[in-house]
This record gives sequence, structure tokens and C-alpha cells, in this order.
Amino acid sequence: MLRLLTNKFLLIASLSIFSLTFSFAQEEHEGHHEAKDGAAHEEEHFDIGQMIMHHISDSHEWEFAHGAIIPLPVILYTEQYGVEVFSSNRFREGNGVYNGYINLHEHIHRLSPDGSIDEAVHVLDFSITKNVASLMLSAIILIVLMSTVAKSFNTNRGKAPKGIQSFIEPVIFFIRDEVVKPNIGPKYAKYLPYLLTLFFFILINNLLGLLPGGANVTGNIAITMTLAVITFIITHINANKHYWLHLVKPEGVPVLMLPLMWVVEIAGVFMKPMSLMIRLFANMTAGHIIILSLLGLIFIFKSFAVGGVITVFTLFMNAIELLVAFLQAFIFTLLSSMYIGSAIEDHHEADHGH
Amino acid sequence: MELLTPGIGLIFWMLLVFGILVFFLAKFAWKPILGALKEREDSIESALRMAEETRAEMAKLKADNDRIIAEARLERDKIIREAKNASDNMLAEAKDKAVAEGNKIIADAREAIQQEKTAMVAQMKKDVAAFSIEIAEKVLRKELTDKKAQESLVSNLISEAKLN
Repeated sequence: MLRLLTNKFLLIASLSIFSLTFSFAQEEHEGHHEAKDGAAHEEEHFDIGQMIMHHISDSHEWEFAHGAIIPLPVILYTEQYGVEVFSSNRFREGNGVYNGYINLHEHIHRLSPDGSIDEAVHVLDFSITKNVASLMLSAIILIVLMSTVAKSFNTNRGKAPKGIQSFIEPVIFFIRDEVVKPNIGPKYAKYLPYLLTLFFFILINNLLGLLPGGANVTGNIAITMTLAVITFIITHINANKHYWLHLVKPEGVPVLMLPLMWVVEIAGVFMKPMSLMIRLFANMTAGHIIILSLLGLIFIFKSFAVGGVITVFTLFMNAIELLVAFLQAFIFTLLSSMYIGSAIEDHHEADHGH
Repeated sequence: MELLTPGIGLIFWMLLVFGILVFFLAKFAWKPILGALKEREDSIESALRMAEETRAEMAKLKADNDRIIAEARLERDKIIREAKNASDNMLAEAKDKAVAEGNKIIADAREAIQQEKTAMVAQMKKDVAAFSIEIAEKVLRKELTDKKAQESLVSNLISEAKLN
């Protein structure tokens, strides 16, 4: 338990340091970007940077196209005012202001009576945002899909697979036999449900994100962070003493080198979930940014020739994104099983094997 | 900035939704699916093993058959050879016997012929003697009708007897 708490603390500490540094960098960059864009596209009234950011970030309402908007519930909690639940339409009607709250670039703040932002009130935003709604949709799709497959497994017991079952079954086989079994070893069955869920969850959200109007769920750092942290926790709850011993005293390292090795090993422990988090987030977000940038070029150039070329490019990119959707789901699952496998691996055998 | 700062609300919902998803899928999807997959694998494996065993059984049976056939063939060859030997022997024996029989018959015939011949010769001798005596008697009877001739013969015979 203590071990777990320490791990959690270390993780949160490292994550906050990480996000802090990055947010500063990003802020600076964004400011610069906005100034430049503002000057360049003033007469065109089209800000490609803003358009892209709008599309890849979370939102309190689900906008498929201009006018086609699904309002989503806004759930707010403040220590001073308690829980507030209302539709995101209220913000739209009130130009971003409702009931003393203001929606500023999808960040909700409390307004003080004089109309300025009240920094003293910390608003916790538990709204069903576009990403949360998409998350739930994907969960429902997965549950319906997998229940159907499970049912068809039951009815087709002992027979050849049929229908959707024959599409899902090889994937399950692949994850089990090519990803989980070789990396985790004989105790794989315990982790298989999590890793299968992980794979299909990432896959379905990647694919939903590619649909027009889809939310960029797996390209959101909160989602990838949660997944990475779950893998991290599973890894360290089940880690055996060889794993911990290896962190403290790696074999065959001179005593003088040990402090350095500690730094490297501890950094490695946190780099693993960090790399999981950033890889998925960056891949999905980058893919969306590329496609949106290409599409944005059409509106910047306003030419049929450019439009034609861009359409072909975008189709190509979409095909690549489709590949990336599968690839990233696979890689996340593969690396998760490798991390889990490395923590529960019996080092006695491995050492003799060298 | 917004991209890299995880929102507490999204983390909360993510944990909730993903937790429910893992729980639900593990219980109602992965368990039956993996169970069915395992069952199918086992049945396939046992079927394969059975096929392998059957194949081994078949090979054994075939080997047995081959062995039995080879043995039968050997047996047949042996029997044929023996029969041939026996028939050869019989033939040779029969031949020998026939030759011996023939020889015996020939010898018998020869003996019979010899006997006949001897008997015939004896008979002829006897007949010739009888004839001769008869002729001699007739001649003598004719010769000895006169006294003078009788005397001359006696004297002749006497002279002849002196010579012997």
C-alpha cells in the first residue's frame, strides 16, 4: 500500500512538472502564433490555427457542422456554490455567460458580481463534454459489439465463426497470441481482459475520431494519461521482487555506478507510462492536425486546383490515419503488455538464458 | 496549453467509463469469448491429436499388413518350392520306378523268350530226332527188306563202332 502511494505520488509529481513545462512552452508558442495569424489572415476572416485547435480540443457541445449542434450537459462543482447542472445551450444563448459562469475558450470560470473573472473560486468542470460523450458512445458500441460477439460464440459453440464474430475473433486471437502471451508469459490470462479492453477501446476511439464530427478522444492527454497510469498501476501492483531489486541493485553494475543507475532506473520507470501517454496523444493529435491543415489550405487558397490536389492528399492522409489508428492501438497494447511482462518476469530463468 | 493540460473532469469520466467498460467486458464478453476460444482450441487440438494417433495406428496396421503379406508370400514361396520338390521327387521316383519296371518286364520277356526258345529248340530237337528215327526206321525198314543189305549194314555199323 505504502509502495503504491509512493508510486502515485512520484508519478503525479513528475507529471505535473512535465505538464507545467510543456504548458509554458505551448503558451508562448500559441501567443506567437495568434499574433502572426491575426496579421496574416485579417482580411480573410479565417484563422486556420484556431480552426484546428477548435477541432482537436474538447468542447462543451458537440458540433458536427455549423448549426448542427448537440447540446451536452454542463456539470460544475465549486466549493462555494456546490454542484450546478445545466445544458450547454445556456452558454450559447448567453454568449458564453450563464448563471454567473463564463465559458472562456471551453474553460469555465466564475464571474464576480462586477463581471470580471473571480479567481478565488476554483471551478471543477465535470461536464459531459464532447470527449466524454464520445467516450460513452464508444463504450456503448464496444459493449454492444462484444456482447453480440460473445452471444454468437455461444450459439456457434464448436462451430466455425460467423458474421461479426469472424471479424473480431482473429483480432482477439492476434492480441492474445502475438501480443500478450509472448510478452507476459504463462501468467498472461490475468491481464488479458484489461489488455483486450485497452486495445479495442483505443481502436474504436481512434476510428471514431477519424469520422467527420468525431471527437479527438485518444488525442486528448487526459485520456492517454489515464490509460498510461492504469497500465503503470497494474504493472507496479503485480511487480515481483526481482523487478524492485533490479531497480535498487542492477546486476553487474560497479558500486560506484549505482547512484547513476538509480537515477536512470527510476527515470525509466516513469518514462515508460510517459512515453505511452505521449505516443498515443501525439500520434492521434498530429494526424488530426495534418488533415485539418490540409483542409484548411483549401479555405486559404480558395482555388479549385488546390482543392483537388488537397482532396487527394487528404484522402491519402486519411488512409494513413486509418493505419495509424490500428497501429497505435496495437502499440499501446504491446508496450503495456511488455511493461507488465517485464515486472512479473521471473529473472532467474532469464539470467541463465543470457 | 489546452492540449497538454489534462482536465480533471475528463480524467474522472474516463476512469469511470473505462472502469465500467473493463468490468463489463471482462465479465460478459472476454470471459465467454476466451472460454469459447479455449474450448475450440482444445477440441481442435484433441482432434489433431486423434488424427495423429489414428495415423500412427494406420501406419502400424499397414506395417502389420505388410509384414503379414511378406510372411504369406514367404510361406507361399516355401510351399510352392516344397511342392515343386515333392513333385520333382515323385516324378524322378516314378521315372526310376518305370525304368525299373520296364527293365524288369524286358528282362522277364527276355527270359520268357529264352525259355520259349530253349523249349522250342528242345521240341525241335525232339521232333527232328523223332523224324530222324522215323526216317531212319522207314529207310531201315526199306533197306532191311533183303537179307544182304541187313548184313552189310551191320558190318558197316560194326566198322564204324570200331572207329569210335
